[in-house]
Amino acid sequence: MNISQLFNQLPGAVAQGLIWGIMAIGVYITFRILDIADLTVDGSFATGGAVAAILITNGHNPWLAVFVAFLVGLAAGAVTGLLHTCMGIPAILSGILTQLALYSVNLRIQGIGTDLGSRANVPLSVNKYKDMLVSLRNVGSFSLNNPIWLLLLITVLLIALMYWFFGTEYGCGLRAVGANRQMARAQGINTSAGTVVGLMISNGLVAFSGALMAQYQGFSDVSMGRGAIVIGLAAVIIGEVIFFKLFRNFGLRLLAVSIGAILYYLVIQVVLWLGLNTDDLKLLTALVVALFLAMPYWKSRLSIRKLKGGVRHG
Amino acid sequence: MAETEMLMLQDVHKTFNPGTATEKKALNGVSLTLNSGDFVTVIGGNGAGKSTMLNAIAGTFHLDCGILRIAGREVAHLPEYKRAAFLGRVFQDPNSGTAASMNIEENLALASRRGLPRGLRWGITADERARYREKLAALDLGLETRLSSKVGLLSGGQRQALTLLMATLKEPELLLLDEHTAALDPKTAEKVLSLTRRLIRENHLTALMVTHNMKDALALGNRTIMMHEGRIILDLNAEQKQHMTVEDLLAQFEKVSGLELANDRMLLV
Repeated sequence: MNISQLFNQLPGAVAQGLIWGIMAIGVYITFRILDIADLTVDGSFATGGAVAAILITNGHNPWLAVFVAFLVGLAAGAVTGLLHTCMGIPAILSGILTQLALYSVNLRIQGIGTDLGSRANVPLSVNKYKDMLVSLRNVGSFSLNNPIWLLLLITVLLIALMYWFFGTEYGCGLRAVGANRQMARAQGINTSAGTVVGLMISNGLVAFSGALMAQYQGFSDVSMGRGAIVIGLAAVIIGEVIFFKLFRNFGLRLLAVSIGAILYYLVIQVVLWLGLNTDDLKLLTALVVALFLAMPYWKSRLSIRKLKGGVRHG
Repeated sequence: MAETEMLMLQDVHKTFNPGTATEKKALNGVSLTLNSGDFVTVIGGNGAGKSTMLNAIAGTFHLDCGILRIAGREVAHLPEYKRAAFLGRVFQDPNSGTAASMNIEENLALASRRGLPRGLRWGITADERARYREKLAALDLGLETRLSSKVGLLSGGQRQALTLLMATLKEPELLLLDEHTAALDPKTAEKVLSLTRRLIRENHLTALMVTHNMKDALALGNRTIMMHEGRIILDLNAEQKQHMTVEDLLAQFEKVSGLELANDRMLLV
């Protein structure tokens, strides 16, 4: 175990964390603001990657590629939202259906222009597409080429944009939809439309994040979103546990989620360095997220037990 | 002052779970008209259809048949969120009327935009804040210094008072109060009730208030209706109310319904 080897890995972990942090902000919007666990994201993350990869390999500007990926993400969220609100399918199942459907869609997107019309993987060599926004090749350098700078800038701008949006009349209405649907309707807010819009924004951000990830890692893969929801939740929970007592402001809380994603990747780097097999990573992540999700429940059980004890002694 | 019709229900019917074992005729030909400035209290036993009538007006569900007009507009076909433009609502559960995870001023800002298009302007302005502080101070609950406190931190009584303020902030065509003091302790209930009376009087509101408390029903408003099995079985005007005691009301109920009122949820005090 060579400590300098670990240090060499850390910038990469930060860059990955920043990209996943954008995805986690999307998860935060559905999971915490709308109060919906949206599983579409496993599909829409890869959709973002697929759209960006196919546009870049066809010679389009990478900025355009991430923008179109965002738009396609909006559409994916809309599908889940409409399955839920217009067809009455439970939110969690709507997300699973869209996610499953997106697997085929993503294969097709990546297959555009190929003979088969379907492809599991699109390579995005940084040598060939030199104007890509971010690449892991430069992550160790101290120059402005280092993707961390651009990712930091994008994250800050994105948080500012979300802070503004959820502070507007419309955004406040969306928060009300998640906080109390009955109250929201009584105040004249269309809760169905709000749910659809929230899912759209969330998946737009997730696809945007996937588009950056494809460029960063130098390929898009149809299974790159597998378990994305769990990583997003991990980031949200880490951010909440460490920072939410301190950060009351909505913008700072989004920042906390982004930092949560970075911390998640730093921890992953450390456990890998300590000798954990990469194949066991998802098991570990699921365990950690399950434990943290159980925390509030266990806390309430504990206080009930205390209450019972108190009555007995009193 | 000419009397303008604010609410009109005509032969309204609603059956839940039709054709099943749990079929329930909740509204069975309800007709009711409220004029501007009417404050009507609604009493009746469990399952009489009181809350169902309020929910029918608010649009929680759609009617099987019947006419429903609010302030002269046909609304039976409108979804709940669109009818909200005309209605102020306070629910029995103090948690229902407010968003716990949002702060007091955000809740008020949401309510002051009831029925208006919500755009991309900032959700709350400095002028509004000053106005809210004033209105909260008038509640006399010390909330005017807690504009940025989360509503979830408030007591049931405070939340209900806030919900009342929210329901009247943008003057509603009709105020619907669904046993809004039933979940509160007697002292708090009294406070919320006097606040209700004040807000209705000051804003000249038209209101429909469901209550389990017969004494309150007689003491408040200018009209009392009694419901039984999805129908209005008794309708008392202001003058009749004045000469009516709770005992008289019980006797009336027995006469009209043919039932003895042995309902422990009905408060006779």
